[in-house]
Amino acid sequence: MTYKILTANRLDDGLVVYLGGAGWTANIDAAQQAHDDNAAAALDYRGKQAAMRNEVADPYLIDLDDEQPVRWRETIRANGPTVRADLGYQADKRI
Amino acid sequence: MYRYDEFDHTVVRERVVQFREQVGRRLAGEITEDEFKPLRLMNGLYLQLHAYMLRVAIPYGTLSSRQMRTLAHIARAYDKGYGHFTTRQNIQYNWPKLVDVPDLLDELAKVEMHALQTSGNCIRNVTADPYAGVAAGEVEDPRIYAEIIRQWSTLHPEFTFLPRKFKIALTGTDTDRAAVKLHDIGIAIIRDENGAIGFRIDVGGGQGRTPIIAQTIRDFLPKQDLLPYLEAILRVYNMLGRRDNIYKARIKILVQSEGLERFTELVEEEFTHLKGGAVELPQAELDRIRAYFAAPRYETLDNGSKELESARQADEEFAAWVKTNVDTHKQPGYAIVNISLKPVGGIPGDASAEEMEAVADLADRYSFGEIRVTHEQNLTLPSVQQSELFSLWLGLKIHGLATANIGHAGDIIACPGLDYCNLANARSIPVAQAISRKFENIRRQHDIGRLTINISGCINACGHHHVGNIGLLGVEKNGEEFYQITLGGRADENAEIGRIVGPAFSYDDVPGAVETVVETYLQQREDNDESFVDAYARLGATPFKEALYATR
Repeated sequence: MTYKILTANRLDDGLVVYLGGAGWTANIDAAQQAHDDNAAAALDYRGKQAAMRNEVADPYLIDLDDEQPVRWRETIRANGPTVRADLGYQADKRI
Repeated sequence: MYRYDEFDHTVVRERVVQFREQVGRRLAGEITEDEFKPLRLMNGLYLQLHAYMLRVAIPYGTLSSRQMRTLAHIARAYDKGYGHFTTRQNIQYNWPKLVDVPDLLDELAKVEMHALQTSGNCIRNVTADPYAGVAAGEVEDPRIYAEIIRQWSTLHPEFTFLPRKFKIALTGTDTDRAAVKLHDIGIAIIRDENGAIGFRIDVGGGQGRTPIIAQTIRDFLPKQDLLPYLEAILRVYNMLGRRDNIYKARIKILVQSEGLERFTELVEEEFTHLKGGAVELPQAELDRIRAYFAAPRYETLDNGSKELESARQADEEFAAWVKTNVDTHKQPGYAIVNISLKPVGGIPGDASAEEMEAVADLADRYSFGEIRVTHEQNLTLPSVQQSELFSLWLGLKIHGLATANIGHAGDIIACPGLDYCNLANARSIPVAQAISRKFENIRRQHDIGRLTINISGCINACGHHHVGNIGLLGVEKNGEEFYQITLGGRADENAEIGRIVGPAFSYDDVPGAVETVVETYLQQREDNDESFVDAYARLGATPFKEALYATR
């Protein structure tokens, strides 16, 4: 069953972040999940608010399935370039 | 090399100050992303997949060793220790922090560099033959005119909000190493039947989703008319180019829709108003700019250095490198050296800070401190004494920069693709790496002969796949990466758009498919001198199709 989370890029350093219960986090596993349309709309709204407060840029919802992003693009964003395991979040062995 | 005058210094410095203020306001929340985006793009700053990306202009691909050291320093101090040389002779940094970018731009300004007009719907950084000034048979050094165009187009108020981006390339020889036929305007410096030097002007070329070879709008344009004529083209485009549809906004679409004849009439009409006007080139200014590009103090030498010959005899690996990476220089006793940024299994165009510094040191020692960036994502040392080639090669080898594959199967052009780029649909780099490993045997590459393989991760075609002898275009199908193969493209003076050979291949299958194409060529070529692209022109797609799809 797919669900949605909210992602964006942090304003000051541009790095990928996800909206968690306690604010923006670099950890995709800590992202708040939206399992229905209402929850997704609420997340989306919070993203827009955060963008207006200039915490992040370009917030948008992404689909996850079984804790993995559905789109390959989002897997790469969550980890780092597939050709440089030493770069991106994967370098911290977080994922 | 060109040195900034007080105007250049002022423009660049003031722009850094201005951008520092804009970044400050953005970070303070005084302006929104929508407001900030056009401002940052005007300063070359993108927001990509993982982070911000800064594209730094390298005007007509010319760098001094000092500038290269600054690029290395920036890679280390503001990024993650490397940079990526692009197919437009620029360098991109993939991880700068927004908060650091003003300081980074300050450091660039100190060595007369910037990131202006590397993005946005303006006249982009002008590109030129990387062999400018040293190529055998060159009519005149294209850097002179590239610099003049740079000065004219920098912050040009009329051309800051064009319908779409605008790219200009120049060459001064018959052999086109600048892909001029694939630019919005391509300029070839030529002589007319009386020996006068002027320009052939091509217009309306480009790649992207509508690849088109440029058409000649003027067979011969006198020198002094260069800027008025360019201004006439830009003005017609600015007035009539489409702004309602981003995919139809480039000048190539306008030239197609108007037809070359009508478009030419419009330009010539506009030109009558501009000819002899404010932007006509005065001889004194031309001479002043030319003086910056005076040849370095070459020693009087002969070709056929004994040291070179004996080193070639003694070392097969060196001989192979000379064969592919060294080219003829206009000055006897000198050579042009290409440094491949495509080691086996490497990331095309990437260079670490250490590699950049090594190239800077070697340029100081062997090539008058001069470096060029090629649109094939390699580097060039333009003027090396033939007798010093062996010691230079040893120096390159220590740093892993002596791969003997220029213009061959391992010299793959690839855009950053889905590993970095926000627009990409599929990865380019790992496909390039896999193909590079398949052809890791240099002897085999040399046996295959000249072959260009180009990979783009989306239809925007930054990897110039349309004009690769073998082109790969990454597409996403049901969430998976597939690659469409085109054959027969070429970016040189006989520019051709490649043709799609058949259904796309999966990520896992595409390196093998490329190998099948190459094996088919080897079986079918008339002799070793018939290049891949010539064989394709003779044979057509059929034998390649049969080989690729027979077992499917």
